[in-house]
Amino acid sequence: MLTIKNLQAKIGEKQILNGINLEVKPGEVHAIMGPNGSGKSTLASVLAGREEYEVTGGEVSFEGKDLLEMAPEDRAREGVFLAFQYPVEIPGVSTINFMKTAVNQIREYRGQPTLDAVSFLGVMKEKMKLVEIDQALLNRALNEGFSGGEKKRNEIFQMAMLEPKLAVLDETDSGLDIDALKIVSNGVNKLRNKSNAVIVVTHYQRLLDYIVPDFVHVLYKGKIVKSGTKELALELEAKGYDWIKEEVSVL
Amino acid sequence: MSATVTDNNTTSELAALLDKQLVATAVDAALRKEAAIAFRTAGLPAAKAEEYRFTPVTRILEKQFTLSQPTPAGQASRINDYTLAGLEADTLVFINGVFSPADSSIQKTTDLTILPLQEALVSHTALVLKHLGQYADTAADAFTAWNTAAWTNGLFVHVPDNKIIERPIILYHLHDTSEGQVVTATRNLIVVGRNAEVTILEKYDSAGASPSFSNQVTEAVVAENAGLNLYSIQHDAGQRHQVGMTRIQQANYSRVNTFTFTLNGKLVRNNLQLVLDGEGIESHMYGLYLLTGDTLADNHTVVDHRKPNSFSNELYKGVMDGNARGVFNGKIYVRPQAQKTNAFQANRNILLSPTATVNTKPQLEIWADDVKCSHGCTSGQLDEEALFYLRARGIDKLSAQAMMLYAFAGEVLTNVKNPVVKEYLDNLISQRLHKNF
Amino acid sequence: MSKDNQVLEELTSKEYEHGWTTDIETDSAPKGLNEDIIRFISAKKNEPAWLLEWRLKAYQQWTKMKEPTWANVKFPEINYQDVIYYSAPKQKVTPKNLEDVDPELIKTFEKLGISLTEQKRLTGIAVDAVIDSVSVATTFKETLGELGIIFCSFSEAVQKHPDLVKKYMGSVVPVNDNYFSALNSAVFTDGSFCYIPKGVRCPMELSTYFRINAANTGQFERTLIIADEGSYVSYLEGCTAPQRDENQLHAAVVEIYAMKDAQVKYSTVQNWYPGDKEGKGGIYNFVTKRGLCYGDSSKISWTQVETGSAITWKYPSCILRGDNSMGEFYSVAVTNNYQQADTGTKMIHIGKNTKSRIVSKGISAGHSQNSYRGQVHIMKRAEGARNFSQCDSLLMGDKCGAHTFPYIDVENSTARIEHEATTSKIGEDQIFYCLQRGIDEESAVALIVNGYAKEVLNQLPMEFAVEAQKLLALTLEGSVG
Repeated sequence: MLTIKNLQAKIGEKQILNGINLEVKPGEVHAIMGPNGSGKSTLASVLAGREEYEVTGGEVSFEGKDLLEMAPEDRAREGVFLAFQYPVEIPGVSTINFMKTAVNQIREYRGQPTLDAVSFLGVMKEKMKLVEIDQALLNRALNEGFSGGEKKRNEIFQMAMLEPKLAVLDETDSGLDIDALKIVSNGVNKLRNKSNAVIVVTHYQRLLDYIVPDFVHVLYKGKIVKSGTKELALELEAKGYDWIKEEVSVL
Repeated sequence: MSATVTDNNTTSELAALLDKQLVATAVDAALRKEAAIAFRTAGLPAAKAEEYRFTPVTRILEKQFTLSQPTPAGQASRINDYTLAGLEADTLVFINGVFSPADSSIQKTTDLTILPLQEALVSHTALVLKHLGQYADTAADAFTAWNTAAWTNGLFVHVPDNKIIERPIILYHLHDTSEGQVVTATRNLIVVGRNAEVTILEKYDSAGASPSFSNQVTEAVVAENAGLNLYSIQHDAGQRHQVGMTRIQQANYSRVNTFTFTLNGKLVRNNLQLVLDGEGIESHMYGLYLLTGDTLADNHTVVDHRKPNSFSNELYKGVMDGNARGVFNGKIYVRPQAQKTNAFQANRNILLSPTATVNTKPQLEIWADDVKCSHGCTSGQLDEEALFYLRARGIDKLSAQAMMLYAFAGEVLTNVKNPVVKEYLDNLISQRLHKNF
Repeated sequence: MSKDNQVLEELTSKEYEHGWTTDIETDSAPKGLNEDIIRFISAKKNEPAWLLEWRLKAYQQWTKMKEPTWANVKFPEINYQDVIYYSAPKQKVTPKNLEDVDPELIKTFEKLGISLTEQKRLTGIAVDAVIDSVSVATTFKETLGELGIIFCSFSEAVQKHPDLVKKYMGSVVPVNDNYFSALNSAVFTDGSFCYIPKGVRCPMELSTYFRINAANTGQFERTLIIADEGSYVSYLEGCTAPQRDENQLHAAVVEIYAMKDAQVKYSTVQNWYPGDKEGKGGIYNFVTKRGLCYGDSSKISWTQVETGSAITWKYPSCILRGDNSMGEFYSVAVTNNYQQADTGTKMIHIGKNTKSRIVSKGISAGHSQNSYRGQVHIMKRAEGARNFSQCDSLLMGDKCGAHTFPYIDVENSTARIEHEATTSKIGEDQIFYCLQRGIDEESAVALIVNGYAKEVLNQLPMEFAVEAQKLLALTLEGSVG
């Protein structure tokens, strides 16, 4: 589904990604871990097409198409979803209105008929249940005045609405208490199936107790320096990142 | 909305007077002559001039002053009544605009230069002329032109690069009108070098029953990464009218804090202009005006953001009692190249009596798009609910009111860093608000 | 050039949608202004002597006045002698009903999306259509007449209801209030008149649609709305003009008189031709709008969406004379290219416990300058007066400017005033967030801008709100800096 080959990127003059290789197949969950500043969020941003980052080398293909050539909205329409680390507030725009615009533009792109208000609300109600989000929240302006947990839950709700093929969760666990973490993870797990995939970007192992990964990759200095299964995450939790750093410097 | 030029007699009378006083041999003769011409061109503000909409300075000069009358010398001995006790500082005393060496005390040091401006004009000619009259614009304001043409004396401070001066410098401006009307024009020039820092406090007092008028201009240049704290305490009795212009030019990463406390006087007009001509600058402007009787206090401030990435914050608060009038006009300019500017302004007013007035006009003019700017202003009374709450706990009405006003003023006072100055102001404000707790 | 700037450039090449002209024969006065022209206008309109006198007096006052210079707008000097002050579509007979109206005219309005044929209108909106200087048709007159509501062109009101006109005309905006009101008083040609009797709640929206069609023509219309005790009316105003290279002058006067317990809601969607992307042409819009809350507990509410005109100079105001009366001002002003807008409101609190609320949202793009100018004046006897003002500016691109000039004058200690203002830009992160959800950039900007202006758009009647939203999107699509 997603193939990343030797991906390099910089922001301003600062080189951040130094050749990432990654292969994600349908149905898989990949966790990307690493110390602060290792390039985790950069990877997520580059996949989604944030303009501040300049790709300086490598390629990314998504379902056989060149992802890096696409505009951010087209990546979304092709089925790449980024759950933001810091979801943005847009005053005066309700989540419902926002989602209706998004869903219909994506449907148009895919050549599907757009949803009228009634059928949209029908779909919405169903997804709301799935991710345990309250309608009152969705009537409010997008993320405005939301608590950290509410914002993250709203991200997962949007993921449910857009049914992406590949979801990238950027530090979705940061700032969440355990209850919120469980609700968010539950939501993600319910949305998983054989044909979609998830990349979980996180600093902590905690989230991986709930969203169990098939593969764990450790990112350090803009490169994946170690890959393994979920046991690797536990090892990182127990030993910290220092041993990885040492191992890398020895190499 | 330009100030309309008047062809009133006062302007021509004063212009003639300024011409007459010009001394061809003065070190700054050229500057003064030019300023006299600028004054004649600009003229005193007309009755409806936008910049002086509520502040009838011209009318007062016409009605209450005989401008040709010389200002008496005044008595030096009075000054002790007005000084800040217990503050280790260099002090300069000006009585009726004249420097009084006997009452002043300036510590000998090589760290910095503190001199009366007239003296500095002779001893540090090049440095003074490099800056004098280069910032305060004589074409834009008639009073500045008048001052530039006719100033008698004032302060000159030069803090060399890298000198952090802990000891504050205090200027006492006393008007003694016991022998008749007093009209003064004083001038300060403050030059703060790179990475240097200094604190300067000016205090205005007056004695005597005759009217007085002072026109003071301060120009300050704050170099890269330097700091300046500037205090003004205006606590005149009775009949003092004053128009002041403070213009501060800031370079990259400089820090300026200004404090303007207006507690008394007949008519006080403060023009405060900060030019943020650099990046990474931080400027704070604080003002507190507690007015009673017929006092009119008019604060006109300008913050001019000319370069990117600077920060300015302005907080002016006022309480008006009696027939007092508070005027606030705060302009913020964000020039096209000043991206990533953060500029904030707040003006809060409380009216205590039915005959008190407030006129406030915040003004944002923004030509850059990536900025965060806000201003807010309020006018109201003390919160009746809160007053009632305090009274229900057994606190009498006056104390309850004082308590709330003190808290209101506290938001400004809390930013004063020097403990002696802070305590002095705290006492002054407490007295004023009849605080007895 | 960054991508955002490219989009911005694309946007500025967007053409004005209503920039066509209609080929209608017109009946015009010669260029210029003097007493004879005024007599000509008055005679054309078959006016009573008192009105001609009133006009001539206004003209005399105007000649002694100076064009105001305090607004934050720049334009070359206007030659008032180079303007045609009267232009009317030539019609053989005065239309008694719609069948008599020139079909070209009906087409003109159809093109604007305004149907003058009553049976075609599904929604209950009565329309008075004004082209160039005269009212061409008023719909739903009979239905309204049954309730005692008078809704007709100003000229007709002069003929049929002279007492009302005589009594109230100039009572809210005095002739010599300002330069443009004096000019209007001398040369106004038509406009709408509306009277809502005591206790009547007008069952449908009343609407005036203004269009300038003829070249070199100034439009000077006058609207007078009188709301008698306890009545209610919601009034809409829309305007467009063809695309022409020279600037055209529009100087209107709107007066609203609200008696005890009356409520008037006045909404405007102003879309005069704004000039081309180089700033050539466009309407000079100098308008005086004022409402008088004469009676106790009366309420006047102004809502405006200003997207057109090369220059806008407009301050819909409320004089809150009656105790407990209330004034509101909701505004979205959008400027793009070389447009200049200096707009805002005045809330004059005279009566006790009067309240006012100001919500102003400015949006500047291109090389435009957008100023909010407002005054809140609490007079001595306005015990317990309250005001809340919020004025926000949104900037798009780095060549435009946003300015705010709020004047707050308080002479009564029991008053409570709150004023807040912010300036910001559309955040790139907001746009990216939308893009990531599959929404294209143009829709993203439309979403964000409509969200920003929502508080004001919510005040508009449903039909207008939709039109206004489209207009906002059209004017600003993609102009992100």
